[in-house]
Amino acid sequence: MLKTISKMAVYGAVAFGALTATAQAADEYKLGLVTFLSGGAAGPFGVPAKNGADLLVDALNAGTVPAPYNKVGINGVKINPVYVDEAGGATKQVSEYRNLVERQGVNAVVGYISSGDCLAVPGVAEEMKKVTVLFDCGTPRVFEEADYKFVFRTAATATMDNVGAARYIAEKVGGLASVSGINQNYSFGHDSWNDFTTSLEQIKKGVDVSTKQFPKIYAGQYGAEVSALMVNPAEVVHSSFWGGDMEAFLLQGAARGLFEDQKVLLTCGESALYKFADNFPEGAIVGARGPNGVFAPKSELNDWFVKEYEARYGTKPTYPVYHMVQAIMGLKLATEKAAANAGEIPTDEAVAGAFEYLEFDSPAGKIAMTNGNGHQAVQEMVFGQVSKENGEVVMKDVVRYAPSCVNPPNGVKAADWIASGFEGAVCN
Amino acid sequence: MLSKNQIFVVAAAALMILAGLVMPYWFSFLVTVALAKGLVVLGLVILMRAGLVSFGQGLYYCAGAYAVGAFSDYFQTDNVLLLVLVAIVCGLVISSIVGLLLSRYRDIFFAMFSMAFSMILYGVLVKSAALGSSDGFNVTKPSLFGWAAEFNGTNLLSYWVAIILACVAGAIIWRYMRSPMGMTGEAIRENEIRVEYLGVSVQKIIYIKYIIAAVLASVGGSITAMTVGHIDPEMAYWTTSGEFVFIALMAGTGHVAAPLIGAVIFELMRTFAFQLSPYTWQMILGIALLSIIIFLPNGLWSLTDKFKKGAN
Repeated sequence: MLKTISKMAVYGAVAFGALTATAQAADEYKLGLVTFLSGGAAGPFGVPAKNGADLLVDALNAGTVPAPYNKVGINGVKINPVYVDEAGGATKQVSEYRNLVERQGVNAVVGYISSGDCLAVPGVAEEMKKVTVLFDCGTPRVFEEADYKFVFRTAATATMDNVGAARYIAEKVGGLASVSGINQNYSFGHDSWNDFTTSLEQIKKGVDVSTKQFPKIYAGQYGAEVSALMVNPAEVVHSSFWGGDMEAFLLQGAARGLFEDQKVLLTCGESALYKFADNFPEGAIVGARGPNGVFAPKSELNDWFVKEYEARYGTKPTYPVYHMVQAIMGLKLATEKAAANAGEIPTDEAVAGAFEYLEFDSPAGKIAMTNGNGHQAVQEMVFGQVSKENGEVVMKDVVRYAPSCVNPPNGVKAADWIASGFEGAVCN
Repeated sequence: MLSKNQIFVVAAAALMILAGLVMPYWFSFLVTVALAKGLVVLGLVILMRAGLVSFGQGLYYCAGAYAVGAFSDYFQTDNVLLLVLVAIVCGLVISSIVGLLLSRYRDIFFAMFSMAFSMILYGVLVKSAALGSSDGFNVTKPSLFGWAAEFNGTNLLSYWVAIILACVAGAIIWRYMRSPMGMTGEAIRENEIRVEYLGVSVQKIIYIKYIIAAVLASVGGSITAMTVGHIDPEMAYWTTSGEFVFIALMAGTGHVAAPLIGAVIFELMRTFAFQLSPYTWQMILGIALLSIIIFLPNGLWSLTDKFKKGAN
């Protein structure tokens, strides 16, 4: 026992030494990047996002990104990325967050795809007073339930996906009398379906719900659910599926003719649009959780980004890549805005102050940090329908909804906003 | 009078409590979470010594955490003593009901049934939108009658509570293991029928062991909830319970200190595996467990016997 304790003391001392050693290095900007590197969310989200971060960090360090991002690294200091796997649950992530900040001495953390992690991490980020940018998670609860000083989210919440989806089908699907849904049995699936149906009630009265299915996440087999959707037909089948689940559902549904007379609406469809292009039925309504990928507005920045990404990874960037890239860009601009001189890394307080209510351009167009008292971004929302020309996927019937049309005003909870009939919404 | 061992434990605890003031924050956090898990594993070890492997300790780990979360939110309290007490009562109530059924089963049936109950809790929580579904919800930081034990921006209260609870629980279980009732565990594992013929109710012994294990797990859950500040249904998922079994196998069942120290080593191993190889950390853990099973079939604690033998 004594030996074990003395051994532990030695480990503690070694770790403590490592900590003090890392805290002194200041000629580089250490950026903690947390995304799924293992598990079911790694393939569709985590690894593409990491690839996007790699690409952008390399380009920033080389100073080859178009203006206003043409300064080397972050404020002239080269970025040194530190990756952490997001797998392991919220307890593990809170623990790893501390390790990133204390042991690795990162200057900021960009990360988190899972909404559970996004709810758990801000508490410790505030405690450690470290600027933290949540890049991909969708739950609006993060800034609805608490106010944070050091935590930001540069992508819009999942609310606008489903408000936009409801607006789109009300506008574009003729003779809409009923909808059905198949969503994964976890928060994101439940929230997506709730936001969608409550929005639809406000926009178009009298639309029935034929059936709602909540299979287990990562189930992979949807025989029973497809049967239920087929015997209770609706004009539109709503689904927030992603990754392997979405692919399996598309394959199994297509084999049984589900999509022949029912339109499928995939709020996260774009994340697999290139990888599984053949599986998307003609006319499938697809969202990209914002103006990302095929829906990105034309700009010099986006052209550069798509070209570079395709050259390096052989595929077009999907929305998680856009989310990652805009998070790093926002952090870079806020840091440079807060810094007095080039080559200096400002304090976390200064960066957080500069980040609030920041507006900046990204490959996905304008990002405005207007919600959550300047900590939560709003973006426009876009939906379109898949059409294939010579084997290439193109989008037709694209409709763009202004940020104020699909996002609640600052300080209003998403659910209350939808229930109020979108009070204060300004649509183009 | 305190015995030599008791003095040693009290001194070690006092040292750890003081060390909290100087050790880096990530380390005290890691130790807190590890001790919380170690308490769960301690309960598991009691069952394992009776030949029962529970793949469902996550049920009480999660129930304890949710009891703390719900109670502190509903009654607007952050008193650490009250919250731990609530978790104990919660674990006690659930296990005294579930235990009635489970204490009748052995081997794989016990393992599967215990897992089934924890998965029921998981399923119910995922469906409960009011409790945040799979995202869970945040829990307030604990205080001791308003005192948050803040030092240089570091909240040490849960760390201290974890150390004290681990020592107290360890001492009680150490006594229990040496009592006739505790010893009966091994007897049951070796030959249950003989124990019955000696006039002891095996079911009653196992029922009590099950309740003790459950209470320890819910205390562990309450510490985790207060330390991490966030709880989610993942705590009841079978992989969480599997992690407890992993730590128990790794640490060994030879001594009450084994699960507590084993949990700290496991967490240290995992966090450095995470840092050193973000892509293959699972492989490092897997190889570590495999080599422990192959070279130290009785767990890390069997190393202490080897040292003792070597010294003699």
